[in-house]
Amino acid sequence: MTIGELIPAMGLTVFHLAQPERPVAGGYVGDLLSWVMGRAGQDCAWLTIMSNQNVAAVALMADVSCVILTEAVQPDADLLRRAKEKQVNLLGVGLDTFSAACQLGKTLV
Amino acid sequence: METIRLVYPVEGGDLIEAGEASSKMKLTLKKLGLPQDVIRRASICMYEGEINMVIHADGGQAEVEVEMDQIVIRMIDSGPGIPDVEQAMQEGYSTAGSTARELGFGAGMGLPNMKRYSDEMTIDTEVGKGTTVTIKIKIPQ
Repeated sequence: MTIGELIPAMGLTVFHLAQPERPVAGGYVGDLLSWVMGRAGQDCAWLTIMSNQNVAAVALMADVSCVILTEAVQPDADLLRRAKEKQVNLLGVGLDTFSAACQLGKTLV
Repeated sequence: METIRLVYPVEGGDLIEAGEASSKMKLTLKKLGLPQDVIRRASICMYEGEINMVIHADGGQAEVEVEMDQIVIRMIDSGPGIPDVEQAMQEGYSTAGSTARELGFGAGMGLPNMKRYSDEMTIDTEVGKGTTVTIKIKIPQ
C-alpha cells in the first residue's frame, strides 16, 4: 500500500504530502525520538504525539514513509516548515494512538 | 572511486535546529547512489552524534569519508568528555537536561543507536578535552 492509498483508507488529515507514492511497510508507535530512530523500520508509518520540528529530522534519518500525528495533535509551525523542506509526509488523525495503531494494522493487512 | 571527504560544522546550543549536517550528508550520499540501507544507517548515526554534540559539547565538527567499501564518520567535539564510557553506552543512561528530554531526546539511546547501526564504533574521549566518536559503515560490494 502507498501513502496515497493509506490517506483515504484511514481518513487521515494531510498537513504535507511530499511523496504519495511511497510504500507503507508497517507501523511504529513512539514519542522518544532516539527510541524511534533505534527501532522504527524503514518505510513504516510512525505514529506519535510529538509535534516539534525534530520530528521531521528523525523521520528523514530513520527513513519512515510518513509521520501520523495522533490524538488530533497539530504540527507546530516549525515542524510544518521542516516537513516541507525535507519532503516528509506529515499526516494526522483524530483517533487516540491505540485506536490509530489498530486501524493502521487492519488497513495494512 | 576516489575517497570523498565531506566536512560539516555542527552548531551548538539550539537542539531544535539540530540535524542540518546529517540532512546535508544524507542528500550527498543519495546523489552518490549508495544503497538505501547504508544511507539510512549512516544518517541515523550522524544525527545521533549531532544531537549528542549539541546537548553535551556545544557543537563540534563532523568529518565524513566515503571510500570504495565503507563510510567513515568522525564526530569531533571539544566538550567535557565522557568520564565513564561503559556507563554512557548503556541503553537508558543519560545525563541530558530537562530541555532535551521535553523535546523527546535524552532517552539514553544515542550512543547505543550509533553502535547498533554501525559496523564498527570507537570512542576517544578525555575529560575536560573532548570526544571523538568514529563510526564505520561497510558498503556491500
